[in-house]
Amino acid sequence: MEREKAYNFAYLDEQTKRMIRRAILKAVAIPGYQVPFASREMPMPYGWGTGGVQVTASVLGQDDVLKVIDQGADDTTNAVSIRKFFKKTAGVETTTETGRASVIQTRHRVPEDELRPDQILVYQVPIPEPLRFLEPRETETRTMHALEEYGLMHVKLYEDISRHGHIATTYAYPVHVNARYMMDPSPIPKFDNPKLHRMAALQLFGAGREKRIYAVPPHTQVHSLDFDDHPFEVQKWDKACAICGAEDSFLDEIITDDAGGRMFVCSDTDYCNRQCEGVAK
Amino acid sequence: MSTQRDTELPILAVEGVSKSYGEQIGCADISFDLWPGEVLAIVGESGSGKTTLLNCLSAQLLPDRGRARYSMRADGLRDIYDMTEAERRFLMRTDWAFVHQNPRDGLRMTVSAGANVGERLMAIGQRHYGNIRASAVDWLEKVEVDAGRIDHSPRTFSGGMQQRLQIARNLVTGPRLVFMDEPTGGLDVSVQARLLDLIRGLVTRLQLSVIIVTHDLAVARLLAHRMMVMRNGHVVEEGLTDQVLDDPQHAYTQLLVSSVLQA
Ligand SMILES: Nc1ncnc2c1ncn2[C@@H]1O[C@H](COP(=O)(O)OP(=O)(O)OP(=O)(O)O)[C@@H](O)[C@H]1O
Ligand SMILES: [Mg+2]
Repeated sequence: MEREKAYNFAYLDEQTKRMIRRAILKAVAIPGYQVPFASREMPMPYGWGTGGVQVTASVLGQDDVLKVIDQGADDTTNAVSIRKFFKKTAGVETTTETGRASVIQTRHRVPEDELRPDQILVYQVPIPEPLRFLEPRETETRTMHALEEYGLMHVKLYEDISRHGHIATTYAYPVHVNARYMMDPSPIPKFDNPKLHRMAALQLFGAGREKRIYAVPPHTQVHSLDFDDHPFEVQKWDKACAICGAEDSFLDEIITDDAGGRMFVCSDTDYCNRQCEGVAK
Repeated sequence: MSTQRDTELPILAVEGVSKSYGEQIGCADISFDLWPGEVLAIVGESGSGKTTLLNCLSAQLLPDRGRARYSMRADGLRDIYDMTEAERRFLMRTDWAFVHQNPRDGLRMTVSAGANVGERLMAIGQRHYGNIRASAVDWLEKVEVDAGRIDHSPRTFSGGMQQRLQIARNLVTGPRLVFMDEPTGGLDVSVQARLLDLIRGLVTRLQLSVIIVTHDLAVARLLAHRMMVMRNGHVVEEGLTDQVLDDPQHAYTQLLVSSVLQA
């Protein structure tokens, strides 16, 4: 597809992309560390992934194949509009197939398929600071990161258990990266946390409003926090996907009528489609 | 006090600590040794420099001059102002405790009482929920807060309970040196008396070294072995508490003591 010549490649000017790439390189060098960057105004509102879009724009090349997912699906408004944006401004090929993509921008999910070393996963991040919940002062959280004072993270989990009897945090479940920095993995379900651990693909995180970029380089240790007597666990379902029958994927509950009818289906639509094709073959 | 001082190191050795705010003197040329298990009261009227001195001694404020050497568990006396921020903060959550006048300054008001007590344990690496909770229960009992309130927010606690919770939160890691700034200020008289009893019991039982700031001579009388009287940033008199209170030498101390007697 031909890109519109009115725009620089991938919308951002080259100087801005260089600045963002420098931030990305620094982020890769210090896994899990939040690197400040001069976030630009993008032609979409915050909350629509302006951080992720700027990271994607800075790593995208002409030969890349881009996939954009939102809550696991390629066809939601957010995913469709970001895909259109890059089609128009970069003219790159887009896909819905995880295996064909070289850059995947995501909100709220990690694809079910194991990612490869030649792929980059770009997360959209609303709140990058995992300590924010209990410590609102930015100067203090910065010091806590610098000195590895992370007791507060467990205070949050303690509160969870004392209130609910178990660790009730299911999204944005905090992780310790490379045994050094605490990191918010963005609002993915904790089901996806184990995929971050030693992933072969490069993982980049962009927060537009908060002007932060962070990264997990390939094969980096990513540990989900827990207590010895309350170990980390992922969500489990006693059902398989109602469409493809998969038993190993993250399931969304779908209300099918107003009489209380519901079913569970894969949230990763591309994975679900391929499971169906596999069954058909 | 102990008679073995020649063989023993002070827990805190303070020499010439001075701090000014521009032209305004905060505290000037303060020197003293604090011995293990000793309770020292700093008294004086409002603005005399008590809080400034306490904040310098606990390294929350860096003085303009002077040094304060703390007896580390591992490597002897170390000047706290030469330590890295990481070392100071580590002391602050392990070997030291700081009890603020206003419990809101010392508590985390957005989490439960149990989490408040457990925080320091988690900060030093405890990772067993059941053990952390058991310690929290134990400490709530030690400070006479109903353990049934463990999951309640400190916001639902009375002022006296909040203060006891703050003490539990501080003592859970077994600190050796405790700083207190008017810990009973702002409380009803009957609540104050109970809290003072509690503090006295804990200090004796745990053999804590304490520096307590108060403008209330009765508090000094009840808790402190030794006291320092401050005025305009200077120490005007110091000595054993009973001696200073019963036989004040400095005119200002005499005035302080007599004004209490009259009140
Ligand atoms: N941050 C500051 N900036 C300027 N001056 C200060 C500051 N803090 C304290 N001072 C001044 O230093 C002097 C000592 O104050 P400090 O708070 O140490 O007294 P205090 O004995 O604790 O009084 P109080 O009993 O009222 O708490 C006072 O004159 C005070 O006005
Ligand atoms: Mg004061």
